[in-house]
Amino acid sequence: MTVIMDWLSKAAIPLLIVIILVLGAWKKVPVFDTFLEGAKEGLSTTLRILPVLVGIMLGIEILKASGAMDMLVGLLRPIASLFGIPKEILPLAILRPISGSASLGLLSQQLEEYGADSYVGKTLSVMMGSTETIFYTITVYFGAIGVKKTRFTLWVALISSLAGMVASVIICRILP
Amino acid sequence: MLNYIWMGMVLLGVLWAAISGRLDQVTQAVISSADEGVRLSIVLLGIMCLWSGLMQIAQKSGLIRALTRFSKGLFTGMFPKVPENHKAMGAMMLSFAANFFGLGNAATPLGIKAMEQLQSLNTQKDTATDAMVLFMVMNASCLQLIPTTVIALRNAAGSADPAGILPQVWISSTISTATAIIFYYVFKAFEKRRGNE
Repeated sequence: MTVIMDWLSKAAIPLLIVIILVLGAWKKVPVFDTFLEGAKEGLSTTLRILPVLVGIMLGIEILKASGAMDMLVGLLRPIASLFGIPKEILPLAILRPISGSASLGLLSQQLEEYGADSYVGKTLSVMMGSTETIFYTITVYFGAIGVKKTRFTLWVALISSLAGMVASVIICRILP
Repeated sequence: MLNYIWMGMVLLGVLWAAISGRLDQVTQAVISSADEGVRLSIVLLGIMCLWSGLMQIAQKSGLIRALTRFSKGLFTGMFPKVPENHKAMGAMMLSFAANFFGLGNAATPLGIKAMEQLQSLNTQKDTATDAMVLFMVMNASCLQLIPTTVIALRNAAGSADPAGILPQVWISSTISTATAIIFYYVFKAFEKRRGNE
């Protein structure tokens, strides 16, 4: 089972590209010209995102460098232990919604520290695999199309993220 | 909303740095963050062009339309304001698929593409539509079949069974996706009631 899925995850992108190209050629689409047309659009979209990325990185880097992120973790620690959430999991739980690369870095360091197959290591992995970098995604997606009023998107995303994290902790306890 | 959060992040950081005497690190971070933002855009640039180009072919060949038809039963009920045969439906479907199969870098361009299609249906260009909010929160709750990076990291950390966490990941991300959908409807009902008062 895992072998099949492993192969699928490796083959997915090349297969998808082949399917798109073969189907295009079959329908008599001039594939390369059409590709260039679309790729040009990708260029303008990325240029629109660049300022958004510079802005959001500013916030993230300042939070990290000032030590405010560590401070937040410290503040939340007693609350987490009240709910039976292992304190080792907190830094990742806080970092995960904000920064994808930073949380990946943290995860790899913590897996080394606690052991990938320990309870903490497993919980961290499940949490990482089942949650998203929501601040980044929301800012970039809405920024790309110029929507400023995002209504309740962030609240719902935060709640679902929290649900995913709590679920990870509980599931790893039930299914070791 | 994002205005306040962004400002909050910066103010909290600077204030804390002033208290704990790390202002020079923050100065460093300000400069490197600008670099980082540009670096990320450049990383995205190539993959963005690549997938936008491939999407264009998929659109012309009718693949997107076929996917749209396929997704009818699944999603039209959830996105009532998006016309059944609109391109946005297929684009959202592809983006979900990219997320689901853990295509990582491909998911972002496809997601933005879907947002652009949804924006073309939007009558108030600065405000998110229902469909955008639901698409975003479903995307952000990330139903993923194979979290490739996590498995790779576990492997690197010497795990005896790197992929052994998959069932837990599936359960947990199903729970968070379900929560996202439920709370989307809760907040929407709440917003409507407040609007009526």
